[in-house]
This record gives sequence, structure tokens and C-alpha cells, in this order.
Amino acid sequence: MSRKFDTGGAPHFPPHSTVASVMQQVLYALVPGVVAYVWFFGFGILVQILLAVAFALMFEWIMLRLRKQPVRLFLGDYSAVVTAVLFALCLPPLAPWWVAFTGMLFAIVLAKHLYGGLGHNVFNPAMVGYVVVLIGFPQVMSLWLPPASPADYTLGLGAVLHTIFLGHLPAGMTWDAISQATPLDTIRATLATGGMVSEARESPIFGDFGGLGWEWIANFYALGGLWLIWRRVISWHIPVMTIATVVALGLVVYLADPGSNPAPLQHVFSGALVLGAFFIATDPVTGCVSNRGRLIFAAGVGILTLVIRRWGGYPDGVAFAVLLMNMAAPLIDRYTRPRIFGQ
Amino acid sequence: MNPPLSHEQLERARNAGSQLHHFHGGLRLRHNKKISCELPLEATPLPPRLFVPMLQHSGLSAEPTVKPGQHVFKGDQIGYYGVKEEMAVHAPTSGTVRLLTRRPISHPSGEDGLCVVIEPDGLDQWTQLDPIETWHHADPARLRQRIREAGIVGLGGAVFPTAIKVDDAHERGIHTLILNGSECEPYISCDEMLMREQPDSIVLGARILQRAIGASRTIIAIEDQMGAVDQSLKAAVMKSGADDIDIVKVTTIYPEGGEKQLIQVLTGVEVPSGGRPADLGLLCQNVATATAVAKAVVEGKPLIERIVTVTGSGIRQPRNLVARIGTPIEILVDQCGGYTEDAARLVLGGPMMGYALSSDSNPVIKAANCILVLSELEIEPPQPEMPCIRCGECARVCPALLLPQALNWQIRSQQWDEVLEYGLKDCIECGCCDFVCHSHIQLVDWFRYGKAELRSQQAERGKAEAARARFEAREARLAREKQERRQRLEQKKQDLRDQADMKKKLAESIERVQSRKDGGK
Amino acid sequence: MLNAVIAITLLGSLFGLGLGWAARKFRVESDPVVDQIDALLPQTQCGQCNFPGCRPYAEAIARGEAEINQCPPGGEAGIKALADLLGVEAKPLNPDNGEEKGKTVAVIDEPACIGCTLCIQACPVDAIVGAAKLMHTVIESECTGCELCLPPCPVDCIDLVEPKRNLADWQWPRPVVQYSKNLSAGESP
Repeated sequence: MSRKFDTGGAPHFPPHSTVASVMQQVLYALVPGVVAYVWFFGFGILVQILLAVAFALMFEWIMLRLRKQPVRLFLGDYSAVVTAVLFALCLPPLAPWWVAFTGMLFAIVLAKHLYGGLGHNVFNPAMVGYVVVLIGFPQVMSLWLPPASPADYTLGLGAVLHTIFLGHLPAGMTWDAISQATPLDTIRATLATGGMVSEARESPIFGDFGGLGWEWIANFYALGGLWLIWRRVISWHIPVMTIATVVALGLVVYLADPGSNPAPLQHVFSGALVLGAFFIATDPVTGCVSNRGRLIFAAGVGILTLVIRRWGGYPDGVAFAVLLMNMAAPLIDRYTRPRIFGQ
Repeated sequence: MNPPLSHEQLERARNAGSQLHHFHGGLRLRHNKKISCELPLEATPLPPRLFVPMLQHSGLSAEPTVKPGQHVFKGDQIGYYGVKEEMAVHAPTSGTVRLLTRRPISHPSGEDGLCVVIEPDGLDQWTQLDPIETWHHADPARLRQRIREAGIVGLGGAVFPTAIKVDDAHERGIHTLILNGSECEPYISCDEMLMREQPDSIVLGARILQRAIGASRTIIAIEDQMGAVDQSLKAAVMKSGADDIDIVKVTTIYPEGGEKQLIQVLTGVEVPSGGRPADLGLLCQNVATATAVAKAVVEGKPLIERIVTVTGSGIRQPRNLVARIGTPIEILVDQCGGYTEDAARLVLGGPMMGYALSSDSNPVIKAANCILVLSELEIEPPQPEMPCIRCGECARVCPALLLPQALNWQIRSQQWDEVLEYGLKDCIECGCCDFVCHSHIQLVDWFRYGKAELRSQQAERGKAEAARARFEAREARLAREKQERRQRLEQKKQDLRDQADMKKKLAESIERVQSRKDGGK
Repeated sequence: MLNAVIAITLLGSLFGLGLGWAARKFRVESDPVVDQIDALLPQTQCGQCNFPGCRPYAEAIARGEAEINQCPPGGEAGIKALADLLGVEAKPLNPDNGEEKGKTVAVIDEPACIGCTLCIQACPVDAIVGAAKLMHTVIESECTGCELCLPPCPVDCIDLVEPKRNLADWQWPRPVVQYSKNLSAGESP
């Protein structure tokens, strides 16, 4: 008696990885950095992350329903969560809730779904959201906290929640009293008034390399990033090339004019460079396909970051650099096509 | 057009096997071969009916040459196709042709095809055989003719008619014959068992093929984890006294058994895109094909059976069997102890490139190197396909150095010019890209569809060109006929005018004569 | 202010001259557009487009006297290809010209044929073989399915059938992307 079977397509192997598993690993890799962040700057960042994730999932759900796509499948791929977390990590810890709202609106609805959804977007959604809030709400986006250890946080959890959800500080506190410029901000301000970088570095917010606290956070991001490379989720080309370009170009600029330029390693440990190199520029959808293309892409990100930091209008250039290189990625892909076997 | 091969490349091809190289990409897969190698080879019993399909070869379907009720001997030709009968099919046993019917024929489409149904008479009598015992001195053309008559095809899975390949090779001049024993797909072990148990016939086949194509040496390529095979082959080579056969071990990375990849590993040269190994002076044949050649020449027996690996967690006692073409798969499964509890999918071929069959009444065909029965846990449930996230893993593993994700986008959006430019024709359908894709995109299926579309577009363009040519020829013919008609009419009118002229002239001269006559009176 | 005007004017002229030079230096020779259009048409020569053949239709399109959506044998794919070539928008097939049908070939019912040669004269690609008072037959491989032979036949003995499928010609079909009831089969996510 012959037996019937169901058929299916080749290859006939059990599934071994999914989009969701890749995204989850990215989130795991971010955990050390987030822990360090909370250590130095309080719970604000956790609230921002939760807000951003909530808004991102909400907007994702709305857009999936509107576009008649399978909701469960795409909500469960964690891509919106990764966008939200990376966006939130760029925000000042005490930003009001509507910053996350606006950011996620532009990131998920505009940059992701209006371009066609997962896999079809041209620009990195997290960076689009960040740039929109940066340019749209400059005042709010410049209110950063000074680094401190958990024992002497300036604001407790209650005060943090109050600030974020009500949009203003609790009675008795003023922004002047509690906020402090980021290290890159400080350098910029000092240079603008004609001072030298070395003077700026005397401020207590600076540690050995970059800003106090910030350099540790950068280290932990790097650790997570290296784990991702080991797990083959990202390849080493982009992080290595981005940081190398910044160091190389930074060295040239520093040697030319030590007074008005921070040393290369200070560049690496300041701002979002390490986060950008390992987590943001490595976004596969908006980057290049071949390894040669990725090297060029990363070099572009590095150069533009440095240029914007040094001569541009904003203290940190990673977001703009990534967006500009996103624009160039298709062209780079076209010119770095690998040679086909036998041709 | 590719640039012509450089002198250096041709030199490297001549030194095939002296040094091992790498090919790009590939995957390290779990072998799962040992389970089917524990028991020795055994022949399958004759089933009550044999269903021999006419469509077994890549290309065209054979036409049956027998009628229902006809008695056939084992080895009689029962069908053929081809100008020179390259695709011949033979009766696997003696018996009566019961009918010619359409039924499942283990075709990837799952559709029915024409079959010759033979009822064995139990005597298993060979037809009149014509062994070429003195093959050492035989004319190579005669050897090639025998390969053609015996219906031998590439038994590694591609089932390309060997006669065509060998004829082409002879014309172009081959210096090295490569016997491919590096079976790279997991689970499949039929070649390994063949090399362990019948190494002499492989070596014999190698020497015959060498003579048939005029090659000066042979390389037998095996995987580096086939320890016992190496020894048995070396012993067989020594016994045969041949001094121009080398055994080379290649690293086991899927798909190193692919022809182009194997050549790259042995020589370091890539077969030009659109070209063939013969361009480098090389000819690749599977070891089982070599054995079939040996049988056909030395014993005069055509291809009527092959070694099939029956394995997978859905089979109780996995092993390798020698099965006649046309045997229903259920007979083989019964011989292996039957199915286990959780048998869920029946695959013809390996897990990477094989295709699923809907029933085990499908027959063993020349391409059936493995019957793989997998359990529920081992197969991917119908997964939702996510959009491509452009991670680039597929390009990292592609042995043909293609960009599968770019090809995927292009095929979906029907950009056929770009598809050609990005090299879809060079895809070997190994399935590496499909295996690593996080989004579970059915890349191999898309590429097969893309290739089919390209072929049908080309065919349609050809047809349109032919139709235009015929139309223009017709217009020309009609115009010509019109012209001829006009000319004829003109000619007639001219003739009439001439006649009228003549009449007039005649009348005038008669009048003149008449008037002279009258005047003379 | 004046400096800005002069600077922009100079730059503009410079770039304009540069572009003009580049346009001439890097010009790509291509076939006249009529040939390109004709290459995209299916060469059925059926006349459903209201022109006596594919070439006249191509010429009419090139002259701007005909729309690109008048060819049923070319179908949607053909219209899209023409739209891509000419840089215009693809329109749906004009129903006045006919419907897009599958490939068919003509078959003559041989016992009924009276040998009048009217169909032979009608066939634009000479795919019918025969002579006066002798039987006619259609060469299946050359028939384009244009249907011009059907009206002239006085005994109505020509049928249109689907060409026989050969399993040896089987090709892998387009994969079906199916992950929910919301998306129809084959739709790209």
C-alpha cells in the first residue's frame, strides 16, 4: 500500500535563525551599555527606552493594520523595538515624553512604513527620528545630566518620572542647577569663545579619554558589539573602519592644530561614536551589501562624523553622517559589486 | 563574452590535483552519512511491477519502442530519444510489457508522465550482450558509441547524457579526467559505499573513459573524511597496474562536490561563466557513472540499476541498496525496515537540493541517488517569509560569488536585464543562501523561477523573431507575385500592341502590293 | 549683490557648456525608436490593434498616433514594457481591442476541410500548408494564434486550442509567498 506525504520546498533542514532572533541578539548586546548608562546617569534613560518602545510598537501596530499586513508576524520581529532602543539611547535622560512620541512617529511611520516597511527603508529609522527631534526641539535636547554614581543622583525615580511625563522639573529645581553640557558640547562652547581644547578638558566632567561616565558606557557598548561580531550578527568591517577612520582623520587634524582639536582617542570615546559604529551604522537594511561596500560606507560615516564635529553646526555628527551615507549606499553598492565566479 | 583563458590558467588546469585551493563561501554541514554506511550493499528484490519512466534525462522525453504484450529481455531497449539515440532507456528485467500509461514518475513537478510498465517473469534473463573485452585496443569511437547505446547518464544527480558530454570532450581535447567521489550533500552515501565495495569497477571505468576521450591521466576526488575509501581505492589502483590515476582528498565543505567548485579546488581556476570544464581540458564524471561505463563496455550491460541511499530519521534501518530503475520507492523502504513513527517528508535527493515527493509509489529513476525520509522536527514548517533585511549572509556563503539578495529583489520586480547582468545563469542552485537566510526567503525556488522565466522569454523572443521573419517573407512573396503579375500584364499589352502593329504593317503592305497590282494593270 | 549675480551667471554658463559638451561626447547610438517598439511587440500580426500588422502599429506609436495599450497578445507585460521604453505611464489594455487570452494555436478539422485556400491567403505568417482542392493543415510551431484564418473559412472547420503541454518543457513556477490570509498569494510584502 503506497503512502502519501506532504511536500515542501528545498532545503529540507530545520530553521536555525530568524529575523527576530537576530534583533534579539542586538538587544542583548545593548544591555551592558544600558546598565552602565543607568549607573552613571540615573533611571531616566530606562523610562525613555520604555516610552520609545511603547510608542514604537503602537505606531507599528497602527501602520500594519492600515497597510493590511500580518500584524503578529511583524510586531514579533523586534525590529521596531531595536529602533526604539537605539533612538532612546540618543536622548537626554530627562526629555519629556512627547520627544519619544514625535521621534517614534517619524521613525516608524515615516522612515519605515511609508517607505515600504521592514527591509524597504532607505534611511535608518532611529536616526531619522533622532534628527527630527534634535532639529525640532533644540532646547529640550540640550538638557543633559552630569555623570554621578548611584549614591548621589540628583533626581530620584519619582522626580524623574515627574519630569518626563509632565514636561517640567519638580518644584524647587531649575535646569540651570541640575543640567550640564555633554563633553562634546563643552569642547564646542570653549572653542567658540576662543579657548583651547586643553582648557575645556579641565572641566570635572572629563575622564581620562572622553567624558566621565561616557567613556565607560562606550566601553560597554563596544563589548556588546564585539559579542555581536563573534556571533556573526554583524561583520567587523563597519565598526573597525568607522573607528579607524575617525582616529586616522582625527590624528591628522590634531597634529595640524592641537589647540583646537581633541586628540583622536577622545573622539572615539565621546558622543555616540561607539554606539554608532557597532549598532547604528551596521543596520543591514540601510547599509551596503558587499564587504568592500561596507568599508567605504564606514569610512564615509567616520569622515562625515569628524567633519561635522569639527566644523559643523552640531556637537555630534554620527546621526547626520549615517543618514548621509544611507543616501550614498545604493551607489556604493553599484560600484562595489563582487566579481561573479567565472567572469 | 568572457576573455579567453590565459596560458597560466590552462597550465594550472594541467597540474590539477597538485595543490588544493579554496572556493568562496560554502557551508559546513553535519554529514549524517554514517548511519547509512553500517550495512553492506544489498540488491532490492524484484517488485511485482516495474514502472520505467520515459522522462528521466535532462532535456527531452524518450519515445517508447515497445508495445503492450511484448516480451522483453533484461537490457532490451524500450525507448530512446535523440538524433543519435543518446537518451536510451532499457528494460530492468525480463518480462512482459503490460502497458504504457501516465502515472507518477518522481518528477519535481509532481505530475504524471509516460511510463513503460513491465511485469517481471522472474527469470531475469539478459538479452544478447556484446561485451568489448579488448577495450584496451578498441577504437575510442566504439567505446563512446557503447556509452551512448547503454543509456548512461550522469549519476551524480544531474542526469545529463554521458554520451553527449564524452563526445564533446573528445572533440575539444581533454588531458585530465576527474572522477567525482566527493559527495557533499549530507545523508547521501551511495558513492561512498560504491567506492568501498566496488573500487575495482571504478578504476576500470576510469581507464575506459580515459581511453574513450583521450585523456592522459585521471584524478579521483574524495572527501577528506572518507578514510576507508581512500585505502580501498588505492588498493584497486595498484591492482589494476595503472600509473596515471591519482587519488586526491578535498576538504569537506558543501558544495565542494559541485563540478565547478571541485575544479576550482583542484586547479585554482574558475570555469568561465557560460563555459564548460572542457574549456580547461577537463572532464568531470561521477564515480557511479564510471562504474556504469565499465559495466557497459566490459560486460555489455546497459544502465538498468543504481545504488540508492535510503536514509533519514523516518527510516528504521538506513542503508544503501542496489535498485533497478522503475522499482517503486515503497519496495526500498520495506527492505529498510519500513517507516518510523514520525516520518513526515519523502525527499528524492539530499536535504539541500532534493525535491519532495507526494507518494512512495513513485519509481526509482536514474537520478535517484537518495531517498530521504525526514521527521517533523527536521523540516522547516511552512514559515512565513519575511522581507529581506539585506544582512548579506547569503552573499557570504554563495560559492558562485553572486549576490542572492540583489537577484531576489530583481526577480520579484521583474527586472530581467539586471537579473542577467547579476549572473543568475551562474547559479548552481546549491541552496547555501536559502539555508542561511534569516528571513526564510525561498531563494532557490525564486532563482529556479527566474531561470525558467529567462528561458521562456528567450524562447518567446525567438518565436517572435521567427514569426516576424515569416511575415516579412510573406509580404515579400506577395509583393513579388504582384510585380510578376504586373509584368505579365505589361508584356501581354505589349504583345497585343506588337500584334496590332504587325497587323497594321501587314495590312499596309498588302494594300501596297494590291495597289501596285492594280496600278500595274 | 552684483557680485552674486555675476558669479551665479558665470557658474551657470560654465555648467551649461559642460553639460552640452558631455551630451555630445557621451552620446549613445541606439536603434530608431520604431525598431525598438517593434522588438517589444509579439509579432502575432493579428490586426487586433486596428493596424495591418505589428510594424505599422509600431510606426503609429512612434508617430504618436496610437496608444500603447492596443495589443491584446502582448498583454499587460507588453504594455508595461512599452511604457518603460517610452517613459510614459502604463495603461490597462483597451477592451475595444480585445482581451488578453492564453496562447492558442489554430487547428484545422481535416475531414471537414474543402480545400478552398482562403485560410492560406489569410495567414500573415504562412503557417498553413496546402493547395487548391487539397487538404490544408496548420504548422503548429509557426502558428501565432492571431485568429485571422477563422473568419474566411466557409465551412468553419478551424478551431483554436491550447498547445499541447510537454512534461519535458516543465519549468519551476513562481513561488507563492504566503504568510497570512491578508496578503494574496504572490504579493510582495
